[in-house]
Amino acid sequence: MKQERIGVYVCHCGSNIAGTVDVGQLSSWAADALEKRGVVVARDYKFMCSSLGQELIKSDIVELSLTRVVVAACSPHLHEKTFRTACQQAGLNPYLMEMVSLREHVAWVHSDKALATQKAKALISGAVERVALHEPLDPISVPIEATTLVVGAGISGIQAALEIADAGQKVVLVEREPSIGGHMAQLDKTFPTLDCSACILTPKMVTVGSHPNINLLTWSEVEAVDGFVGQFTVTIRKKARYVREDVCTGCGICMEKCPSKLIDQVYEAGLGYRSAIYRPFPQAIPKYPVIDKANCIYFQRGKCKACQLFCPTTPNAIDFEQEDQILQLTVGNIILATGYDLFDARRIPQYGYGRLANVFSSLEFERLCNAAGPTEGKILLRDGVSQPESVGIIHCVGSRDRNYNNYCSAICCMQSLKFAHLVKERTGAKVTNFYIDIRTPYKDYDEFYQHVLQEKVEFVRGRVAEVTDAARRPGEEGKLIIQVEDTFIGKQRRIPVDMVILSAGIEPRHDSKEVSRKFGISCNGSGFFTELHPKLDPVATMSKGIFIAGCAQGPKDIPASVVQGAAAAARVLGTIQQKSLDLEPVLAQVIDQKCSGCRICSNLCPFNAIGFDLERQISTINPALCQGCGTCVSACPSHAISGTQFSTEQILAQLHGLLAESFNGNGARTQSPAFSQAELV
Amino acid sequence: MPSTNVTTIPTDQPDPFVTRSFLEEVVDAVPGDPRLTACLQCGTCGGSCPSGPDMEHTPRQLFAMINAGMRAEVLRSNTPWYCVSCYFCMARCPQKVQITDIMYALKRKAIEDGESRSSSAADAPKFSEAFVNFVENYGRSFELGVAARFHFVQHPGEALKMATSIGIGMMRKGRMDLTPTRIKGVKQLQTILDRARELGGTA
Amino acid sequence: MKPSNEEPYGYYPGCSLEKNALAYNESTSAVANVLGLKFEEVADWNCCGASEYLALDILPAYALISRNLALAASSSGSHSLVAPCSACFLNLSKVDHQMAEVPALASQVNEALAAGGLSYQPGSITIRHLLDVFVNDVGFDRISSLVTHPLYELRVAPYYGCLISRPDYEGVYDSPEYPTGLDHLMTALGAEVVDFPLKTHCCGGHMTQISEPVALELIRRLLQNAHEYDADVIATLCPMCQLNLDVYQEHVNHAFGTNYHIPILYFTQLIGLALGIRAKELGFGREFVSAKRALAKIGKARPAPKKKRKPSKEALPMPQATEVEYR
Ligand SMILES: Cc1cc2nc3c(=O)[nH]c(=O)nc-3n(C[C@H](O)[C@H](O)[C@H](O)COP(=O)(O)OP(=O)(O)OC[C@H]3O[C@@H](n4cnc5c(N)ncnc54)[C@H](O)[C@@H]3O)c2cc1C
Ligand code: SF4
Ligand code: SF4
Ligand code: SF4
Ligand code: SF4
Repeated sequence: MKQERIGVYVCHCGSNIAGTVDVGQLSSWAADALEKRGVVVARDYKFMCSSLGQELIKSDIVELSLTRVVVAACSPHLHEKTFRTACQQAGLNPYLMEMVSLREHVAWVHSDKALATQKAKALISGAVERVALHEPLDPISVPIEATTLVVGAGISGIQAALEIADAGQKVVLVEREPSIGGHMAQLDKTFPTLDCSACILTPKMVTVGSHPNINLLTWSEVEAVDGFVGQFTVTIRKKARYVREDVCTGCGICMEKCPSKLIDQVYEAGLGYRSAIYRPFPQAIPKYPVIDKANCIYFQRGKCKACQLFCPTTPNAIDFEQEDQILQLTVGNIILATGYDLFDARRIPQYGYGRLANVFSSLEFERLCNAAGPTEGKILLRDGVSQPESVGIIHCVGSRDRNYNNYCSAICCMQSLKFAHLVKERTGAKVTNFYIDIRTPYKDYDEFYQHVLQEKVEFVRGRVAEVTDAARRPGEEGKLIIQVEDTFIGKQRRIPVDMVILSAGIEPRHDSKEVSRKFGISCNGSGFFTELHPKLDPVATMSKGIFIAGCAQGPKDIPASVVQGAAAAARVLGTIQQKSLDLEPVLAQVIDQKCSGCRICSNLCPFNAIGFDLERQISTINPALCQGCGTCVSACPSHAISGTQFSTEQILAQLHGLLAESFNGNGARTQSPAFSQAELV
Repeated sequence: MPSTNVTTIPTDQPDPFVTRSFLEEVVDAVPGDPRLTACLQCGTCGGSCPSGPDMEHTPRQLFAMINAGMRAEVLRSNTPWYCVSCYFCMARCPQKVQITDIMYALKRKAIEDGESRSSSAADAPKFSEAFVNFVENYGRSFELGVAARFHFVQHPGEALKMATSIGIGMMRKGRMDLTPTRIKGVKQLQTILDRARELGGTA
Repeated sequence: MKPSNEEPYGYYPGCSLEKNALAYNESTSAVANVLGLKFEEVADWNCCGASEYLALDILPAYALISRNLALAASSSGSHSLVAPCSACFLNLSKVDHQMAEVPALASQVNEALAAGGLSYQPGSITIRHLLDVFVNDVGFDRISSLVTHPLYELRVAPYYGCLISRPDYEGVYDSPEYPTGLDHLMTALGAEVVDFPLKTHCCGGHMTQISEPVALELIRRLLQNAHEYDADVIATLCPMCQLNLDVYQEHVNHAFGTNYHIPILYFTQLIGLALGIRAKELGFGREFVSAKRALAKIGKARPAPKKKRKPSKEALPMPQATEVEYR
C-alpha cells in the first residue's frame, strides 16, 4: 500500500490549548514519532484558523505534496468547514482532513499539563491512523424546488410567507383554523406602544389573502411529509368547508340564521358564542365561513339547512356534499410557525379558575377589552353587567413553576402591565399586580413599566398563594380574596378584589410533539421545537430545509415572532437562490448482501432516513435525509450498515493509534493514562 | 411584631457568603436534598401558611436568614414551632423546596443548640417531649398523660382549666383512657430507638 | 394496588382509633363487615410519633415508624398497609418513600431496626389511607348499590384536611388542593355534597396544645366556611381533624362569640348509616357536638333535582370545566 504523506497541525488557540498542552513538544513529537506512519510535516501555530494558519496548511499541501491533513485544534463543530475548505482550495479533497478536538476534549477538561499532553499525543496518533484510510468524497447535490410550505398563519407565519412571496417566490400557507391571524387576532392593544392589534395585523392579512404568490389553504392540515430538503412531498388535507368559495360573498346571513349556537373556545377564548357555521371574526381572511360538522344540526340529526335556505347567492354557496380534499405538493423548504397554547389555569385549583366566576384568564381579558369581543370592549364581571372596582392581576401563572412549566413565558410581565394600564384607563378601578420579578427587557419596555407605575397601579411582590371566596374577616364577604405574602414586608396579606386576571403562561401546542415527529425535527422537554443552535442558528433545525419561527420555537412576543418569521424567510430565500444544495456526503450505507431485513435500524433513525425496499426485503437509506449520526451503524445486528467516514476499518485504525500511544505499544500502561479505558471503548 | 428583633447580619463572624456553613448545616439535616438553595424568595410558602400571620418570620424570610447565616435569630424564631405540617407550602412551592421537612430540621437544631429556650414558642418542644416520652416508654401515646404532664407544668391557670374540662368531657364520652397501654415489644422498640440515637445523623 | 380477593388488608389503626377516635374504629369495622373487607391488624404495632418525634430526633423517629413497616411487611398475607388516620398514613408513607429515595437513610434505619431483629425493604408494601380503599377498591358504584338508607337532603361538607392529599408520596389523589374522592363517595350515599372551598385547609393540628389562639382561629375559619355553605355536618377522615373541630367547637364559640353547631362525623359513620347499620354500632354519641339534630334532617325521598338557575342573557359563559378523572 502506498504510504500517505500526512501533515499534522497543532493549534495553540491562544492560550486555550497552549495553556494546558505542551504544543511545541506535541508538534515535534508528531514529526519524529509518527514519521514512520507517514507524517512528513508537523507544525504548531498560534491560531490555525486565521488566514495565516490556513495558508500554512495550503502551502504545505502544494509544496510537500501532502495527501492527508490532521488539524489538532477545537471541536469540528466550529472549524471543520474552515479547514476542509482550506484543503479544497489547495487541491486536496476536503474529506481527507481529520480534526482532533484538543481544546474541548483535552485542554478544557484537564489540568495536569504532562498528562494532558500525553492524551493529546494519543488522540493525534489515532487521527493519523484513521486519516490514512479516509476516502475522497464528493458532496451530494440536490435541486431546490422553489415553492415553500409555511405551516401556521399567526403573525410569525404571515410574516414569513409575505417576505418570500414579496421576493417573487411561491408560498403554500397552511392554516388549520378557518381564518389566518393566530393569537394576535384575539388581542386588543399591544405592548409597549398600545397600538390596536387588529389595526396593524389586518393589512398584512389582507395582503396574504390576495397575494399572487401565496396559495392560502385555511381549514387545512398537513397529513404527511416525505422526501428531503429541496424535494419534500407534502400531503395536505383541505377539510370540507361546506361553503363554495367561488360563490360565497361573505355576507354572513347564514351565520345569523344558524340555530346552533355554542361557546367559541378558540377565537373568543370561551367568553363568547358563535354559530355552527362561522367565521371567527369579521375581518377574517378568507371571508368564507365554514360549517363545523360536529355542531351542525343537519349533519348530526339530518334536518335544518337553515343556512342554505337563507343564503342569497345563486347558485347556492352552501354545499353539504363537499368532501375533504387531499392535495399532494412538492416544496423545497418548510417553515413551521404553529405558535402556542395558553396554559390552562384550571390546573392550579387554588387560583379558582373555572370555579370562581370572576377569575379570568389573560386571553379572556383580551376578549373583554376588545371592541369586537362579547362585551364590545367593556371591562365587566362575569355577570356581564357590573364593572369591577378593584382588580388583581397575577403574574407567572403556570410559568417558572416546577409543578407546571419551569420556564419564564417571557410575555406575561409586559402583558400584565398592559392589562393594568387598560383597567386603569377604562374603569378607574384600583389595580394591584402580584409578581415575583418584573421582567421588562427590550426597547421601550421598562419605560412602559415606569409609565404604569405613575398611573398609581399598586404592585405587591409575592407569588399569590391562593384566590378564595371564603371570607374570613369583615370586608371580605362577596369578594375574591387574594392571599399572598407581601415579601417586602414579610407579612401575609389578604386583598379583597372584584376581579382576578390570571396571566397564564405560554405553552407548546398540545400537539407539538406529534407535529415535530411528522416533520422529523425535535422538541425540547416541554415541547417547543429545537433550533439548530440556540444563539447562532435560531431558526434552522437539525433537519435541513425545515425552519421554525415564532412561539413554536419558544415563548416570545410579537416583535420577536416577526423577526423570526423574517429570518426563516431569509434562510429559505438563500437556499432557493442557490438552486441546488450540496449535502454532506458523510452518510450511512446499507451493504445489501448483509442486510437481513429485520428493520431494527429504521425505527432508531432520528431523521426518518431509513426506508424499506419491499421487493428486495432490505433497508435502504435516503442519502438526502441521513445526517451521518451513526445510530443505525451501531444498532445493526448484522453489521450491514457502514458509514463513509466512519467505517469499521477507520474506527479500528483510530483505536489502534490511540492505544499504541497511551499503552506504549505493548499493552503496559506508560503511566496512569490521562483518560480511562471506558473513554476509549 | 417581634420580626423587628431581627436587626443586623452578624458582623463578628466571616460573611456567610464566605462560609455558608449554616445553610449547609440545615441542608445536611434534612434527608435527601431539600432544594433549599433553589428558593427564589417568591413568598408562596409565606402566603400559603395557615400560621403565617402568627409567625415571627414567614418561612420565606427564614430561608433568606438561613442564607445570610443568621443562625441564632433563625433558631430562636417561633416559625418552625408554629408550623402545623399542613404541607401547603410544599405542594405549592414552585421550586419544590421541601419546606415542611426543613421546618422539622430547624426544630431539631433549635433544641440541639438550646436556642429553643429563648424562643417565644419555648413551650412547644416541651409538648413534643412529653408526647415522645410516653411513646418511648409504652410504645403508644397517652393523651391524658401528655396533657397532665404538659399543662400542669407549663400552663397552670386558664389553659389548664380548658384542658381539664376537655379531659373530663373526653372521659365521659369514652374517648380517653386513664392508664396508658404498653405494647408487648416495648423492650425491642427501646433497643431499636437506642441504636438509632447512637447512629444519629441524617443521610 | 388492589389486593386479590383472599388477601386481607394490613391494618394500622394508630393510637387515636384506640380511644379518642373510637367512633372511627367502630364504624370502620361495622362497615367493613357489611362490605366484606378484611382488615388484619399489625400485631403489636407502636405509635407513629405523630408530628412530635420528628421535631426532636430524626433517626429514632424514622426507626419508630419503620418498626411498624417491618412488622407489617413480615406478617403474612398482605402487601398493603391501611391507615385510617391521616397523620399515621403520612408518617408511614413518608418514611417508606424517603427510605427508597435516600439509600443512605434506608441503611441507617435498617441498622437501627436490626438491633431489634427487624428489617424493612422500602417499597415492599403499599401504604394506603382508608379513604383510598373505599374510593378505589370498593368503588362508588358498589357502595351506592348497597345503600339502603340514603342520606337524602343531608348537606355534607367533605373535609379532607391536609395530610391525605399532601404531599401525596404515593400519587393517589387527584389534586393536593381539591381532591374529589370523598365528595363522590358522599354523593354515592345520596347526600347533598357542599363544594367546600376549605376542604383541604388545616384543622390546626397540634396547635391546640402550643398556641390556642392560633388553633382556635384556624378551626373557626373552617366552621365559618362550612356554616356559610349551609353544611349540616362535616365529614372527616382523620382523628385529629375530628377532635379539633368537634371538641374545640364550643371553645371557638366562646372565644369568638359565635354559635356554631356543626357535628363532625367520620365518613365511615355516614357510610354505615346509609348501609342501614344501627347508629349505636357506628359510634354515634361519642361526638361532643351531637349529630342528632342534623341526622333528623335526612329525608325519606330523593329531593327533586334543583332547577339550574338560567344564567341571565348578559352573563358571560364560565370557563368550560373539564372534570378531572379520579385515579
Ligand atoms: C393574553 C396575551 C396577550 C399578549 N399581548 C401581547 C402584546 O401586547 N404584545 C406582544 O408583542 N405580544 C403579545 N402576546 C404574545 C403574542 O400573542 C405572540 O407573541 C404571537 O401571537 C405569536 O405568534 P405566532 O405566529 O408565533 O403564534 P400564533 O399566534 O399562536 O399562531 C400560530 C398559528 O398556527 C396555527 N396552527 C397551529 N398548529 C397548526 C398546524 N398543525 N397546522 C396548521 N396550522 C396550525 C394556529 O391556528 C395559529 O393560527 C400576548 C399573548 C397573550 C397570551
Ligand atoms: S414574563 Fe414575567 S410573569 Fe411571565 S413567567 Fe416570566 S416573570 Fe413570570
Ligand atoms: S437493522 Fe440491519 S439487518 Fe436490520 S433492516 Fe436495518 S440494515 Fe437490515
Ligand atoms: S415557596 Fe419555595 S421558592 Fe417560594 S419562597 Fe417559599 S421556599 Fe422559596
Ligand atoms: S407545612 Fe408548616 S410552614 Fe408549610 S404552610 Fe404548613 S404550617 Fe406553614
